[in-house]
Amino acid sequence: MIRLLALRELRSLFSMPSTWFALAVLQFIFAWFFLARLDAFLEIQPQLAQLANPPGVTITIAAPLFNTAALLLMMLAPMFTMRLIAEERRNQTLTLLLSAPLSSRHIVLGKFFGLLVFLAALMAGLPLMLYTLAFGTALDHGMLLSNMLGLLLLTASYVAVGLYVSALTTQPVIAAIGALAVLVGLWLADIGTAAEDSPWHLISPLNHFQNFNAGLLDSGDAAFFVLFSAFFLLLAMRRIHNNRIYG
Amino acid sequence: MSNATPEITLAARNLSRRFGSRQVIHNLSLELRRGEVLGLLGHNGAGKSTTLQMLTGCLLPDEGKIEICGIDLLRRPMLAKAHIGYLPETPPLYRELSVNDYLIFAARLRGMKPGDAAEALIQTRQRCGLEAVGKKIIGTLSKGYQQRVGIAQAIIHRPAVIVLDEPTVGLDPTQIRDIRALIRELGDSSSVILSTHLLGEVQSVCDRVEIMQHGKLIYGDTSARMQKYGGISGFIISLRNPPPLSELEGIAGVSSVEPLSATQFRVLHAPDTNPSGALLTLAERQGWQLEQLTPLQATLEEVFARITDTGITDEKNRIDMQDNQGSVRAEPFDKAQESLVEACTESADALSLSPSTSSGRTGEKQ
Repeated sequence: MIRLLALRELRSLFSMPSTWFALAVLQFIFAWFFLARLDAFLEIQPQLAQLANPPGVTITIAAPLFNTAALLLMMLAPMFTMRLIAEERRNQTLTLLLSAPLSSRHIVLGKFFGLLVFLAALMAGLPLMLYTLAFGTALDHGMLLSNMLGLLLLTASYVAVGLYVSALTTQPVIAAIGALAVLVGLWLADIGTAAEDSPWHLISPLNHFQNFNAGLLDSGDAAFFVLFSAFFLLLAMRRIHNNRIYG
Repeated sequence: MSNATPEITLAARNLSRRFGSRQVIHNLSLELRRGEVLGLLGHNGAGKSTTLQMLTGCLLPDEGKIEICGIDLLRRPMLAKAHIGYLPETPPLYRELSVNDYLIFAARLRGMKPGDAAEALIQTRQRCGLEAVGKKIIGTLSKGYQQRVGIAQAIIHRPAVIVLDEPTVGLDPTQIRDIRALIRELGDSSSVILSTHLLGEVQSVCDRVEIMQHGKLIYGDTSARMQKYGGISGFIISLRNPPPLSELEGIAGVSSVEPLSATQFRVLHAPDTNPSGALLTLAERQGWQLEQLTPLQATLEEVFARITDTGITDEKNRIDMQDNQGSVRAEPFDKAQESLVEACTESADALSLSPSTSSGRTGEKQ
């Protein structure tokens, strides 16, 4: 059932021209960042070569690129999550799901995985571009993998937040702005706090992405993303269930 | 359908529901048997949609119990809901999907296997007249077709209980007739419950009627018996060469004659005597040139007004049947009633739903 709902979500997404437009534009933006980074790298490469232990191509090109993608995603995710439930509610298609033999868990997880797969496909262009470098140089595969995993987990947490906010309202636009407010709020709380050990750093998904970005797999960070996503997904399930109580 | 299926497909007992401090549904009980079409009739805001939402599990009742095919909807919703097909007021359509994709999704959603769903799709498309539009995007279809797709999603998994909330709202007369014929057909194999504020609809498709007002069921009976509730005995005659009024009044058994036009008269008589035979003989003998003789039938409009407004008992508040076109003239009674009757009259006129055409509804599928 979850798969069925996820596939429906994907099918709807890909049947809209706006999705293809967004896909195209984002690939262009990623490519531009990638080329700009590559250009910069080629410029400073002679100086780097003189260092005793020079940073490799992966850490100078891939890591900042993933970091940019993570930031971009924070703005992007709400635009895709806003429709998930708010639009179903506005078009009154939610009734179809509520009257079908499904639990709130099916509905929420179906939508979550549907959009996660889509955003993963959207991000897939990034590692593909980076892997073209493998034709000319050796890449740090471990670092690329940790970045990809980190970005996926980060996306999951953003989708979970967006899904929950979308479940709260009937207006997709409000859902988008609400989700953006939460995500940017968490980010600002992180970068705005000077103290190293402040708890504000701990609640920001983007902060937990930094270790992944540096090629460090920390189970603590992974656990944070899983718990963070689960928390918002549970809230969303709760909200869908309440739909039956409050109408 | 197997014999093991219980006879009663839907049973609701003592449902109550409040929104905030406002009690919307009061202690409502309902039963539906297989092969029955039940009409839920009421003004806008009487609680019809809320009731249907509760019966389909979209809304939890505050109190009460609902059983679908013997399965408790509130305790085991996943099992019970597989037996329900629901068309809400606004059809729940994903406008960006094609009709085929959407219907397959609806079938799979209710637990059908992919193979069965494909087969059901072909059958349902044919039933709902959607063969030609299978590949079209739902958003590009006309309102009538969208409504049909909405009905198709409610019946594709062959549910035992089909719940339709105002299925003909916003459609043109031909579409309404098609959809009514379809609902009749659905009533042969499943139980159908439909809500409407159009009395003509109940008259033409329902076996049984429940009337709702202020969240309560105030009257329930078979559709046919309900028409007798009004109890007017009489007929309308047109004579090309009419005699003086007194001569018509003089016929044995006639209690009153009222001229409707120069050649049309309404003749009322006591329920146990029927002077039409005597009138026919006289007309022939005297050369009155009889053109038309139509028995008066009490329409649901009248019954509804009588039931919902208990105040209308005295003679001057009686609703007068004007002619057999189903139009009704209302003598002074309360405003809400008047507008209701007007609305009903309009729709009845638009569809030319006279008692005689509606009785011949079975043959009117296009």
